[in-house]
Amino acid sequence: MTATVTELKTPLSQPQLQAAFYDLDEHDHPEGGSTMLGFWMYLMSDCLIFAMLFAAYGVLGGNLAAGPGPKDLFDLKLVGVNTAMLLFSSITYGFAMLAMEKNQKGATQAWLLVTAVFGAAFLSIELYEFHHMIGEGAGPWRSGFLTAFFSLVGTHGLHVTFGLIWLFTLVVQVGKKGLVPANKRRLMCLSLFWHFLDVIWIGVFTFVYLMGML
Amino acid sequence: MRPPESRPKLRHLSALAKIATALSLTGALTACNAIVLHPSGDVAQQQGDLVVASTLLMLLIIVPVMAATAWFAWHYRATNKSAKYDPHWDHSTQLELLIWAAPLLIIICLGALTWVSTHLLDPYRTIGRLDAKTPVAANAKPLEVEVVALDWKWLFIYPEQGIATVNELVVPTNRPLQFKITSANVMNSFYVPAMAGQIYAMPGMETRLHAVMNKAGDSVGFSANYSGAGFSHMRFATHAVADDQFANWVKSVQTGANAGTLDRTVYLQLEKPSEKVPVTRYSAVSPDLYNAIVNMCVQPGKMCASEMMAIDARGGLGKAGIRNVEMLSYDRGGRESVAAANPTAAVQRELAWVRALCAQNPGVVADKSVKAPASMQTLSGAGISEPQAAVSFFARDKEALAAPVSTPAHSSQISRN
Amino acid sequence: MEAVDHSHWSPLLGRLWWDALPQEPIVLATFVVVALGGVAMVAGLTYFKLWGYLWKEWFTSVDHKKIGIMYCVLGLVMFLRGFADAVMMRIQQSIAFNGSEGYLTAHHYDQVFTAHGVIMIFFVAMPFVTGLMNYVVPLQIGARDVSFPFLNNFSFWMTTAGAVLVMASLFIGEFAQTGWLAYPPLSNLAYSPWVGVDYYIWALQIAGVGTLLSGVNLIATIVKMRAPGMTMMRMPVFTWTALCTNILIVAAFPVLTAVMAMLSLDRYLGFNFFSNDFGGSPMMYVNLIWIWGHPEVYILILPMFGVFSEVTSTFCGKRLFGYSSMVYATLCITILSYLVWLHHFFTMGSGASVNSFFGITTMVISIPTGAKLFNWLFTMYRGRIRFELPMMWTVAFMMTFTIGGMTGVLLAVPPADFVLHNSLFLIAHFHNVIIGGVLFGLFAAINFWWPKAFGFKLNQFWGKVSFWLWVPGFWLAFTPLYILGLMGVTRRMRVFDDPSLQIWFVIAALGAAMIAGGIGAMLVQFAVSIWKREELKDVSGDPWQGRTLEWSTSSPPPEYNFAFTPIVHDIDAWDDMKRCGVERPTAGFRPIHMPKGTGTGIILAGLSTALGFAMIWYIWWLAAVSFLGVIGYSIFHTFNYKRDYHIPVETVEATEAERSRQLAAAGA
Repeated sequence: MTATVTELKTPLSQPQLQAAFYDLDEHDHPEGGSTMLGFWMYLMSDCLIFAMLFAAYGVLGGNLAAGPGPKDLFDLKLVGVNTAMLLFSSITYGFAMLAMEKNQKGATQAWLLVTAVFGAAFLSIELYEFHHMIGEGAGPWRSGFLTAFFSLVGTHGLHVTFGLIWLFTLVVQVGKKGLVPANKRRLMCLSLFWHFLDVIWIGVFTFVYLMGML
Repeated sequence: MRPPESRPKLRHLSALAKIATALSLTGALTACNAIVLHPSGDVAQQQGDLVVASTLLMLLIIVPVMAATAWFAWHYRATNKSAKYDPHWDHSTQLELLIWAAPLLIIICLGALTWVSTHLLDPYRTIGRLDAKTPVAANAKPLEVEVVALDWKWLFIYPEQGIATVNELVVPTNRPLQFKITSANVMNSFYVPAMAGQIYAMPGMETRLHAVMNKAGDSVGFSANYSGAGFSHMRFATHAVADDQFANWVKSVQTGANAGTLDRTVYLQLEKPSEKVPVTRYSAVSPDLYNAIVNMCVQPGKMCASEMMAIDARGGLGKAGIRNVEMLSYDRGGRESVAAANPTAAVQRELAWVRALCAQNPGVVADKSVKAPASMQTLSGAGISEPQAAVSFFARDKEALAAPVSTPAHSSQISRN
Repeated sequence: MEAVDHSHWSPLLGRLWWDALPQEPIVLATFVVVALGGVAMVAGLTYFKLWGYLWKEWFTSVDHKKIGIMYCVLGLVMFLRGFADAVMMRIQQSIAFNGSEGYLTAHHYDQVFTAHGVIMIFFVAMPFVTGLMNYVVPLQIGARDVSFPFLNNFSFWMTTAGAVLVMASLFIGEFAQTGWLAYPPLSNLAYSPWVGVDYYIWALQIAGVGTLLSGVNLIATIVKMRAPGMTMMRMPVFTWTALCTNILIVAAFPVLTAVMAMLSLDRYLGFNFFSNDFGGSPMMYVNLIWIWGHPEVYILILPMFGVFSEVTSTFCGKRLFGYSSMVYATLCITILSYLVWLHHFFTMGSGASVNSFFGITTMVISIPTGAKLFNWLFTMYRGRIRFELPMMWTVAFMMTFTIGGMTGVLLAVPPADFVLHNSLFLIAHFHNVIIGGVLFGLFAAINFWWPKAFGFKLNQFWGKVSFWLWVPGFWLAFTPLYILGLMGVTRRMRVFDDPSLQIWFVIAALGAAMIAGGIGAMLVQFAVSIWKREELKDVSGDPWQGRTLEWSTSSPPPEYNFAFTPIVHDIDAWDDMKRCGVERPTAGFRPIHMPKGTGTGIILAGLSTALGFAMIWYIWWLAAVSFLGVIGYSIFHTFNYKRDYHIPVETVEATEAERSRQLAAAGA
């Protein structure tokens, strides 16, 4: 326990007391000081939603309802290409952040757009996969396994979609306002979000696709 | 089966509980028929005693705390200037140890009691004693009752006696009872307070309850889990009777004048939602009806859940099985309506194919285990052979299977790797 | 049971049609009364030209104090609705004997008990708790606002949007008839085909967004914005409990979001999460919903533990006994609350070992809870207890909650649960802890912090009337339910065939009537206090000889809370300052940096309400439009980079000078 002021032997004068108990020389707090912490907490809560979907996949994954299983439906090569797209997009986002650190506005925007291209490619491949499966009759209503599969992968896909919308918004905002602190903070948040989706995808790839095919 | 000597702890506690009952306010409850504390079955009695014993154990700490609260609140009131006032006293290691240790000790005792009693009174466990003094004879065969919760009534099937009743449960006294419990569509809870604690009744699943009735008499059972509009009336009379009376009753049901046979057709009518259904008795029951209910395949042509699970355990039916949705559909509509909406030959053929597969392997479930289809060979990796048209249920299936294959909806080589 | 055909659908209105309007006379009468009341209120606000004031000063405000008050108003309004449901149930159950069907049909009664549970938990207890934390926490930690002021406003409006949907279900269509947790298969489309469960899903989903964001916000606030010197172990206990509560919110509400999303996928797109067929698993729903549900009850009770700690130490004029053991007990409860969910369904047939594990973890929670109780007890020991209303509620809590805790531990013994599960004993138990704990805590808190929020105390006479009606009324209403539970009576029953039970239900109804009197007295208390606010005025800002920082500023506090941020040296920071004799600085003020109000929160929540309503009624075009509206407006909002301003130094000086003048006048 630190000694409280009351325990001091010598009594303090009123100005001394006021200086001890009030921040008399206060400056504005830097804007957005809690943003990264807050965003991180949001990501962790999002992570829990994925945890629930993974858990549902764990429970329902084997319930094929006398229908097709992973081996009948998954195309590992396609998923491999898809994974590569997402990983490349993460790398290019990293380049965008490096450019941002160097205050290169144009380069930041360019790398963001490259990231968007990879992200869009990822989404297109995923949509193709879904479309193909549904076309065959293996839609999410067919079995517990497919329900859990479409929900887990689809929720990830929805996140990527929102990430893309956010990304385009930021490209415009960086264009309008430049690399101001607010925009840098937003780019940092999207960066966390984008890499978070990468991590989730690695889980999906491993637990759903690889372990389903092995 | 375990001899009663192995339950000394509970016996002591029940003695303790009885003394306490006489003394405490639970004595007052006897006046208002607190059936949970004074039931007619030994299992419920032990559970009721446990309620009292746990309460007493906790009162050991609750009473002093409440007394101290009242005392401190009175004594240290601001107007009582003679009470000691010590505004800076906020810590005492000894006291802090005490305030953590005291509840801890109670919980250790209660935890031990919980562990032991939960295992001894596990509803899935066969009972070891008829009452505190009588162990169950080694060769005693429990009376088996299959219970089905329907919207909104209860069906009881006595497989050994080959009879069934609706909204009436009759059991012999002093004989171990084994209930197998399921539900037709939504969750319910099977509860006869006079006999034993409750257990959920869930569709597509089977739960178990073991109990005994010691005293002859009438009581009531009901669903203890809300299940929809008719829930309040989902009650049934429970009669515990002596052995010979039970035998008479069984005989009277078996030879009952108006009592029909409970087969699949009758069941499907019974299953439809209804309220305040009067007691109904059936002199005979289709032997596989209960298993079909548990496996959600009473309706002709449905794939049984056990078969589905056995197929799933072997990796499913591959893409060939994609379209066999109607035979699996239980909650929504049912297959006949859907099949009628898709009358193409290919779909019909598909349906007939899976239906025949189901007929080929009638899955009869015994115990909790999921039983595999009768012939394993067809699923053992080489692929599923085409069913023979001869085993099909329906004439139109035979036609469908005999029809030429226009689209290879499934080939003859359904590879399962 | 007559089957009603609700299969009508049109592109413009979805399945909304004439049959959605109230059919039953009771609902129709309520509808007329509410509609007239609503019209009168709108007319009144228009006549007195209050819309602009409300919009500018309240609806669009990002001031945590105003948002906190708005949360409490929402909680109070919904409390009246939830209590009306309770009264309806008590009346039905006390007359539906001897062949009488009572006065409620199954369709109506089943909605009433579902709505009662949902409203009391989500739209009464949650808004009150959130509102309280919102109001008090920034003041207690010496901050000027929360970390994300806009999100705070948005969270409030999302909670309100959920409440609006629940209220709409009363008059347009129906609410769920499933019980407050909507277990499938009953809540699946096959067994609940119309709009009831969809109202439930969307109300919870939309309000859940608000709750989650407010949780994130308050954690960030507590972690990042404490006054200098306020280490974690110097935080007021209420702030500690608020921190743990918000950690629970952030770690539990995503589970609810996920479960509700799964249920909606089942209902809207034919997925098979919880279906009986196609390999779905209704048992998974029960597990998942309780993984959220059990922490939820601690989300409600933990802040109240904080309230009782503050109240006890304030009115005993004494430091809280065992501060650190209180903090560790709170942390223990936070962690343990995730390890007990299975005790809500011992009767599902898990093995004995699983059941006893969860039974024992449940009992273990009673150890830190017991320790807390002892801490309050020893705070009273050698104290000088002033029995003001907050302290009265605290003592009532200690006596009531103890019994509720005991019956809770009893229900944690699996074989005992087999005979008491789903019975009225269980109902009595959780009302015993929720009313005896959460509600009594809220009443203590309202009486305690009201003078801080409004600058005048609450009338003591009517407060005491309310207290003496509430506490015996509670026991009169719920002791019969304990007894009925031991008589083997189960919950959610609409009619009874055993006439010997009736007397107990009649007694319970009398208890409910006393509680109604208690609620009425409380409303009178508010009215009388507002009427006589000059007599009850408190200019000191510290009417109770408070110990924490919220009492160091004026009542109500200025928009910026503190002209100078306080520096903390001790647990009871304000008490410490008073003992050292430090005087309030009256010169050297600076401009203060504050967030600006915005209408974005209410607009987004309005669009979300439209989205939820459209989804409930299958009005697909409106769903698409409002969804795009939410996305579009959110993006539009991010283009606003100027969200703050400075309160000019002259304003601060004038405000503080006025306070000095008032203090001097009061001192003279």
